[in-house]
Amino acid sequence: MGLARRSACLARRVERDRHLAAIVEFDSVGLRYGTGAEVLRDLDFRLAQGGFYFLTGPSGAGKTSLLKLLYLAQRPTRGRIQLFGEELSEAARDALPAFRRRIGVVFQDFRLIRHLSAFDNVALPLRIAGKGEEEVEGPVREMLAWVGLADRSSARPPTLSGGEQQRVAIARAVINRPELLVADEPTGNVDAEMAQRLLHLFTSLNRLGTTVVVATHDVGLIGATPGAQMIRLEQGTMVDRTGALRNPPAPDWPIGAA
Amino acid sequence: MLGWLFVAPSERRVLGSEGARRPTPWVIAIMSFSMVIVAAAGLALAHSASMISASAASRYSVQVPGGAGRLAAIERVLRSDPSVTNVEPVSESEMRKTLGRWLGPAASSRDLPVPALVNFDLREGADPTRLSGRVAAVAPGASIAAHRESLAPLLRSLRALQWLALGLVVLMTVAAASAVVLAARGALDTHRFTIDVMHGIGATDLQITHLFQRRIAIDALAGSFAGAAAAALVLLALIAGARFAGELTGGAGLDPSDALVLLLLPLALTLIATFVGRAAVLSTLRSAL
Repeated sequence: MGLARRSACLARRVERDRHLAAIVEFDSVGLRYGTGAEVLRDLDFRLAQGGFYFLTGPSGAGKTSLLKLLYLAQRPTRGRIQLFGEELSEAARDALPAFRRRIGVVFQDFRLIRHLSAFDNVALPLRIAGKGEEEVEGPVREMLAWVGLADRSSARPPTLSGGEQQRVAIARAVINRPELLVADEPTGNVDAEMAQRLLHLFTSLNRLGTTVVVATHDVGLIGATPGAQMIRLEQGTMVDRTGALRNPPAPDWPIGAA
Repeated sequence: MLGWLFVAPSERRVLGSEGARRPTPWVIAIMSFSMVIVAAAGLALAHSASMISASAASRYSVQVPGGAGRLAAIERVLRSDPSVTNVEPVSESEMRKTLGRWLGPAASSRDLPVPALVNFDLREGADPTRLSGRVAAVAPGASIAAHRESLAPLLRSLRALQWLALGLVVLMTVAAASAVVLAARGALDTHRFTIDVMHGIGATDLQITHLFQRRIAIDALAGSFAGAAAAALVLLALIAGARFAGELTGGAGLDPSDALVLLLLPLALTLIATFVGRAAVLSTLRSAL
């Protein structure tokens, strides 16, 4: 009797820990735009807190749509999404900004505000979070130096190259030390050396506890990140033959130590 | 209270200078100008109506058809009554002069009988019917008429014009508010990309609205007071030079206290435009995810 109770207690604890460890949980999620066909179907997966994931798949497989669900630019048309342990599918609209502040996003098309300087673009998440100017200046300068743009802080996006814009976008995404970083082809516009440097930045953040999801076609990038897991999408569904994404193992440490 | 007008330079930069030469302040200035002019005319009309109404309230006339010869007797009766405060007999020559405006030289003809007419004022609360008997005793067929009854149609017209002025002020406020709503929606379209980016990185609707609200308020404030200042100049020129108010209302003009009312109009327009603009921005933002 005592043994049975202890077993049940242990099972409950395991179940609770399993939920605590999942930063993202998709349950039978589907997405369609308007009245069109579903672009994402029956997505069932969990992303472990502190994990590093590459999202791959052919063009049109639904990677960008999946990322949109992750950074709350879309709501699923069916299914259930949990983020940071909280149910999102029915969350009030006013609750979403608080979630978004915990997510860093690197957009494929950078989405920099063209009339703001590189400094102001990177500072935007801090200012939105209510940080005073004295708390903004240092971290932004440091971040711009990190991505090699210390001398371009007052330049506006139209005067920056594609690679420089990409780096500003990445700096903006990570300046707030997000709990979840979502990046759509973050190294698509930079040279190999800068790609490695940015990857190093992502892995550094990951070591500090940030869960990273990177959509990429860059096999080299995936190969250079041992310990990272791969999510493959094909025609809107997830290919997870091993079931590892349903019950992800704890992240391997250190991630990216090639 | 005015904290929302003073935002950090970094916050101000977020919307950039796109649309800096926008037409909203001009539209609001034109509305404000028209509102102040119409409101001033309305106030002048109100003063005229009050003045006419006050002067006619206690004013009566005794009229005896063809009884010009009994003028002195009627005057004596009226002056002896304690409830009468003022007596102004209208002489026959004066009556003929007045009639001459309509009848021409025929008004001077002795064949034309001229009524005896005496204007008088009664103390407040005095009963004019009590006087009728005394007047009839010296001038059979005499009738007493209250001025307020003969002026009632004019007063009704003046009151209708006041309501019309008020209605026009309200309509112009609605038109200005509508222009602000359209401008706010236009500004949201112009800055759609910036708004999407800000939403994407966690800005709340209120944070974004704050940026637009400040701009709407500044436009409304500048437009309202520029229009009101132009209207004030026009009113001063009209009152001083052409005696606008006098010509329009038959003597009544604007009181110094009216200046306060007219000054409050652009302030009210600014507040209404800002409130409506803010509501338009918030409701549009809430339609997005």
